[in-house]
Amino acid sequence: MSKQKVRLGFKGNEKEVEVNPRKGTPAWMGVDADPAVIGKDHARIDAIAKVTGAAKYSYDMRPAGLCYAKLIGSPHAHAKVKRVDLTKARALKGVLFAEAQEGKTVRFAGDDVAGLVAETEEILDDAIRLVTVDYKVLPHAVSEAAAQADGAPRVKRNSENVVLPRRGGTWGSLDAAAAAHKGADVVLERVYRTQVQTHSCLETHGSVCEWNDGKLTVWASTQSTFGVRRTIAGALRIPQGDVVVITQHMGGGFGSKFGADRWDVFAARAAKVIGRPVRCMLDRKAEHLVAGNRPSSIQRCKFSAKKNGTLLGAEVRSWGTGGIGGGAGVLNPDIYNFKGAGRECFNVYTHAGGGRAFRAPRHPQGVFALEGMIDELAEAIKMDPLELRRKNDSDPVRLAEYEIGAKKIGWKTRKKSGSDRGVKKRGLGCAASLWYHTGGPGTVVRCRIEKDGSVLVANGAQDIGTGTRTVLAVIAAEELGLEVKDIEVRLGTTTDGFGPASGGSKTAASVGPAVRNAAYSVKREILATVARDVGGDVDKMDLKGGQVVGGKKALTFKQACSLFPDGFETDAKATAEDFDRRAQFAPRISGCQFAEVEVDTETGQVRVVKVVAVQDCGRVIDPLLARSQLNGGVIQGVSYALFEDRLLDPNTGDMVNPNLVDYKIVGSLDMPEIEAVMFPVANGINSIGMSGLGEPSTVATAGAIGNAVANAIGVRIRSLPITPDKVLAALKGMS
Amino acid sequence: MSDDLSGVSRRDILKGAGAAAFLGAVGTRAAQAQEPASKMRRIGPGPVAIELTVNGKKRRLNLEPRVTLLDALRDRIELTGTKRVCDRGACGSCTVWVDGKTANSCMMLAVDAHGAEITTIEGLAQGGKLHPVQDAFVRHDALQCGFCTPGMVMSCAALHEHNPKAGEAEVREAISGNLCRCGTYTHIFNAMQDVAGGGR
Repeated sequence: MSKQKVRLGFKGNEKEVEVNPRKGTPAWMGVDADPAVIGKDHARIDAIAKVTGAAKYSYDMRPAGLCYAKLIGSPHAHAKVKRVDLTKARALKGVLFAEAQEGKTVRFAGDDVAGLVAETEEILDDAIRLVTVDYKVLPHAVSEAAAQADGAPRVKRNSENVVLPRRGGTWGSLDAAAAAHKGADVVLERVYRTQVQTHSCLETHGSVCEWNDGKLTVWASTQSTFGVRRTIAGALRIPQGDVVVITQHMGGGFGSKFGADRWDVFAARAAKVIGRPVRCMLDRKAEHLVAGNRPSSIQRCKFSAKKNGTLLGAEVRSWGTGGIGGGAGVLNPDIYNFKGAGRECFNVYTHAGGGRAFRAPRHPQGVFALEGMIDELAEAIKMDPLELRRKNDSDPVRLAEYEIGAKKIGWKTRKKSGSDRGVKKRGLGCAASLWYHTGGPGTVVRCRIEKDGSVLVANGAQDIGTGTRTVLAVIAAEELGLEVKDIEVRLGTTTDGFGPASGGSKTAASVGPAVRNAAYSVKREILATVARDVGGDVDKMDLKGGQVVGGKKALTFKQACSLFPDGFETDAKATAEDFDRRAQFAPRISGCQFAEVEVDTETGQVRVVKVVAVQDCGRVIDPLLARSQLNGGVIQGVSYALFEDRLLDPNTGDMVNPNLVDYKIVGSLDMPEIEAVMFPVANGINSIGMSGLGEPSTVATAGAIGNAVANAIGVRIRSLPITPDKVLAALKGMS
Repeated sequence: MSDDLSGVSRRDILKGAGAAAFLGAVGTRAAQAQEPASKMRRIGPGPVAIELTVNGKKRRLNLEPRVTLLDALRDRIELTGTKRVCDRGACGSCTVWVDGKTANSCMMLAVDAHGAEITTIEGLAQGGKLHPVQDAFVRHDALQCGFCTPGMVMSCAALHEHNPKAGEAEVREAISGNLCRCGTYTHIFNAMQDVAGGGR
């Protein structure tokens, strides 16, 4: 360890702190760092593969002899599988494998009861039609209310339908929150609701599995290659070393693709039995039903404030369902300085597909309620809602962001709620967000140079679509004094060094520092060799602009590499010391969003006109790709706020909109103007100051839109999605 | 299952003499059905020989009439750039050009494309040079996971061929049948504005 002084913060708010770079690792970048490659726009290095159709997704892999598999799902939400007749299906030419799960109790529509493998997809379709299943249909409960009603059927054998999870179920103190209401001028009790949202990955879940000499290769559509390796090896009871997982490109995950699923394990087992590669990718209906969702919430809020804008108490009690899974809690982030705040989140089990992590789990739903309540309090005490936020938020980054956002959306033009005239009414709203520094140790990156000067950076983690591959190339190019095009990045094969799952917005922030360590180590070796063989003082030399600078003799990078006839490589690990958990400037990642909406009071249609997203981005590695992330978070937020809703039929328990026609996700015609403002902060969390961007950008959107709608029409919709029927009903209730 | 192809888009080709050589199976089945030598021909359920021109290359395929153009491209010709996502014409990920017009290849039977010129995402770049729309997508990062990208590019490139100066409203309309889950629309608008000469 050697101590280093570094300036952290942002322009106008800086401080000097001490950090401890590990021996053999580079100095930390502060607010005054002036990198040559980092921070400039760079096109995605795999963009050409993606625009020409050359990029191979797991779904595109076609090893010789490929066969097709499918799991048959139950149409009933709760039933016992009495008998499955596979005779006719098995007799069909081209059917290679069939397996039934007689005796299984299915607990949600879509839960699998049998699996088939055939030589072609057409034969597979025919075979599925030949399978007959006898069910003993059991009573089900697919809504939060039905599951809590007297005499409701139990969803889990060993649990009540309503539980307060030990982990994440409670936060703060409800007693303290209740006590804090004392002396309030305004106490509001309101109920906010959010829907179940499905991930709707364009590439459905699944994989292609092939065995060779007792070793399994899995081309998986996953956001965690190492997670799939661990879980599929576990399910098959084989050593992880016998499994290679490959994910070159993947068509979206958003939190739903962390490990091997039942269908992957089925494909692997079947492939072994029939001795041919098997592909099992879900169809669109199954993707909605069985592959995860963002749980619902019903949030009972009791908030209080003084007339002068001092926030007092915040009580939240929520009930939500993630089907047979858990995780239905909400997180109303700890943004404001309440005198007392507490929360308890009950999980309601229902007969529906299990919830999974979904881009910023718990946060968008929590912010929708929290920020709605803040606006309602502001309205009640007749204070500008942004002013109320400023008064109770002490985060310097967010306070600076409010200024920028307010200016860009034209907050000064905001009218009194409901005062806009005409049929189409406009409104403005804002919401704050926070996220966390999630990058961490454990990643192993190989950096290899060849004598011809080519550079390879390799790690086994995947690029979920955020641009990880490119970000790593930028970091390596920076350290080696090269250009992005000079770096080849190999990702997504578990035979390379360990890397993180792409969840919690941690991939770049975990792999990035390891890449820098590896490239730095390679640089030191090159410089030492040049100093020894050609001459010069190694401490005065550096790699810049494709040259060895500061040495005795001018040398190109390529010439320097030619000193290594066999090339050489370094495997570098990012260790715990490479991450400063203190995050000495910004311990959390702050953001805020402003929305302008137009509500048609005749049709109830809400149009989002503009969203301004101001986001702490740590050190931005590639602004072009960072903007893609911010836009994407906002766009998914718009979709969540206005359109998406998984609808289950209470009578049959089946989903009534399991497709992309009736399950509406936002399209081009619904697109608002988006202004994504990257707010750079030197945070001192790692040597580069990198933080994640994927999740924070979607946290505030629905909250900001909800507030803008209320400002436009003068009545609040406390339920997502904000659909025309709700708007019209609310307007009717007013008159 | 016996499909009557009369009245469908490729009828003219099916009854044309030039097509007969490739429709041997069709002829036989029609004869078995004892139909007069009329314009009506029954095909299927067994495999049917068809011919497609895909990215300028003639392809003869023998496939069941129920096989979609999408599956023919992906599973038979192994052009996997075109994606299946919604499988019902809602998302545009399977967009290709059929005789120069965009089509959802999941909604079209391969036999209905008999004789047609098909352009897929793999055939858009000419002589190793990206189509201007592809190039703009790269420069503006109009893609993330990339799964919707082939369909988006095919829709946008068709618009560009038809209307090189298309404005944002026309771009929005042109891709209104293409869904993106990552949220790349804004960068697609930027890319198309650039291609149209508007700069960013």
